[in-house]
Amino acid sequence: MPALCSNCSEKRAMLKRPKTGHSLCKLCFFFAFEEEIHQTIVAAKLFKPGETVGIAASGGKDSTVLAYIMKLLNERYNYGLKLMLISVDEGITGYRDDSLETVKRNQQQYELPLKIVSYEELYGWSMDAIVKQVGLKNNCTFCGVFRRQALDRGAIMLRVDKICTGHNADDVAETVLMNVLRGDIARLRRCTAISTASEGDGVVPRCKPLKYAYEKEIVLYAYFKKLDYFSTECIYSPNAYRGYARTFLKDLESIRPSSIIDIIHSGENLSVREGVKMPVQGTCSRCGYISSQALCKACVLLEGLNRGLPKLGIGKHHRLHEKILSQQPLTENEEKKLKSGDF
Amino acid sequence: MMLFAHFRMLGTTSKQGVSQNAHKKLRFLPGIVYIDEGGVVGLSKEMRQKTAFELQELFTTTGFPFYILPLEQVLELPTSVVMPVQQQSEPVTGAYKAAVDHFLLHGRKNDVSPEEQENILPCDVNESQTCALQQLIGSAKTLTAREDLLNTLRHHLLVHTARSKGYSKLMLGDSCTRLAVKLLISISLGRGAQLAQDVGFSDSRYGDVISVRPMRDYSAKEIAFYSHMFNVPYVSVPSLHTKTQDKASIQRLTESFVTKLQTDFPSTVSTIYRTGEKLQTAGRSSSAAADGSRCLLCLCSLDTVTDVASALQATLISEQLSHTKIQGPESELSTAEEYCSIKGEGTCRGTGGGVVCCSSAKEVDTPDLRELMCYSCQLTIKDMSSIHHLPHYILSEAQRRHSRSLMREEIREFLLDADEDD
Repeated sequence: MPALCSNCSEKRAMLKRPKTGHSLCKLCFFFAFEEEIHQTIVAAKLFKPGETVGIAASGGKDSTVLAYIMKLLNERYNYGLKLMLISVDEGITGYRDDSLETVKRNQQQYELPLKIVSYEELYGWSMDAIVKQVGLKNNCTFCGVFRRQALDRGAIMLRVDKICTGHNADDVAETVLMNVLRGDIARLRRCTAISTASEGDGVVPRCKPLKYAYEKEIVLYAYFKKLDYFSTECIYSPNAYRGYARTFLKDLESIRPSSIIDIIHSGENLSVREGVKMPVQGTCSRCGYISSQALCKACVLLEGLNRGLPKLGIGKHHRLHEKILSQQPLTENEEKKLKSGDF
Repeated sequence: MMLFAHFRMLGTTSKQGVSQNAHKKLRFLPGIVYIDEGGVVGLSKEMRQKTAFELQELFTTTGFPFYILPLEQVLELPTSVVMPVQQQSEPVTGAYKAAVDHFLLHGRKNDVSPEEQENILPCDVNESQTCALQQLIGSAKTLTAREDLLNTLRHHLLVHTARSKGYSKLMLGDSCTRLAVKLLISISLGRGAQLAQDVGFSDSRYGDVISVRPMRDYSAKEIAFYSHMFNVPYVSVPSLHTKTQDKASIQRLTESFVTKLQTDFPSTVSTIYRTGEKLQTAGRSSSAAADGSRCLLCLCSLDTVTDVASALQATLISEQLSHTKIQGPESELSTAEEYCSIKGEGTCRGTGGGVVCCSSAKEVDTPDLRELMCYSCQLTIKDMSSIHHLPHYILSEAQRRHSRSLMREEIREFLLDADEDD
């Protein structure tokens, strides 16, 4: 006798929820998944009626499902939001150009306006060119830092009030683990926050409506709803440090499926001792973006790329910031340390 | 007076330190305790006996009083172990110096001679007790839950021993490596709020007995070198996850993950350890000090105050949305259905709590215990097939707390001070 859905007990169960282990039919699963995101949005007060919200879309499963659900919930519950898609072109051949096609299709399917910003036009460097200089080990740092600024610039061009990204529960749990492994206490405190603070010009507040949705459930949802998305890993990602945290998390999930939410729970309840030095928010002296140092990370990385010193920005080089600002040349010793070694 | 739990290096350095001729004198009276878990691991009585004798020889050479206790003793602990105790205030510095001088002048009191020690050797352990203990540990379905439960019970027994023999501090031998692994394990199990106590230098959750970890700065390698160079004797005892696969439990997986990562990135362990040093117990727990809001099992402050938007809230919502109409765990529901359909009463699904059938008795107990526990202990209990195997002291304390809260509900409107301490 086939198992019945544990919610409606009428239809046959089509899938087993990775999050709770219950067997559900398709419709009940859709409802549960959508309702959970709706509850997250309402409980955390992520949006206000009348706001313009930019959905960070990469063409991957997270952002596709996010765009679909935001549109659905906006209509179902009358959030009163104006939705738009923002996409970033990092310039990775064979990966990003394909996924951008998906975003363009999404734009037509969901009837949402779309804006694409590219690294080439913003910084003068595409990821392919960056990897040629930096090598395969630290390139994710460049991509991540540049993308953050690129999204903000795109959001300002479109005049949106908020950005929402497709970070899911697995991403947040991975980030918690990574920050513990890297000893980054400042980020550890902030990374489980569902939305960022909204101070400063040049910075658009952003939030993660999918924060408590499991990656596997997002895939299940997209699969059953037959949503169109691009499903390849970034070609440069295999050597990233994050990979270790990801493998560990996947193994944890196989032992105990609730581990992902458990880690997020731990992260939310962490508290830092008084007297621990924390970075203070200021602005970059060169571009005006928010930064805790004299120069923001993007400016430091760009400086390194333009001068042929790709390691500037990887590791601790605070003392060199003044030199860069005042355009002094670096000593030979300093230059030697900053040239790339590993490929 | 301090009680050593993991012997090895701790004992040797202490022996050097306590002798009157040492330059740096350690001014405390140490004792040694060893908890024999052979019953849980499945060792035969002979094996346990052999280990106990080896340890006896080892401990006697130190000259400190020692206690070898089987874990089966945990079944007879008093409820005071899981009751939160007020912490005694520390003496002011001036008084401390005076007390130390007094101690040095008048020598050691309370010297326990070897004959007076009560050591309960494995041959004295009751078979039925070993069975009951195995049943208790066995009722946890996953190895992760078993190890967690075992740690909790062991800690209870250690604290009780320290209390009953008059020791004020409990020294644990966790090394830097072990603590880094423990930190990751705690995060994976949902114990973020209790990290500072699990991994920090001092742990004062039991109030009168403070656990300290003096070896937290030494890595496993350093300890190994020291033991080798100074011929520190030791005895190897198998634990619950010896010779299991990497993915057998969260604890085992984390240990192998950290060890492997350490080979590629040698700063891993020290970085994790330093991260742990910067953490403290979650602030909100100290403010929510209403009637012993401590976990029933681990005695840490509860972290289940459901914030409006939190992971805990999300979990509860998911449970609700995936499983409506019936309250109670799914497995018990299916047995209830089977039972009722056999009896020919049709579906017994009521519209809420009024389910009048066999499963109702079980349903009453489980939610009660979970309310009294922190997030991660709730997960451990969830993995247990039946909570009735838990030792009497835990169940009766749960009953007591439940009665107190019912009482308080009745008289709530008449109480002037809401944050009454229990």
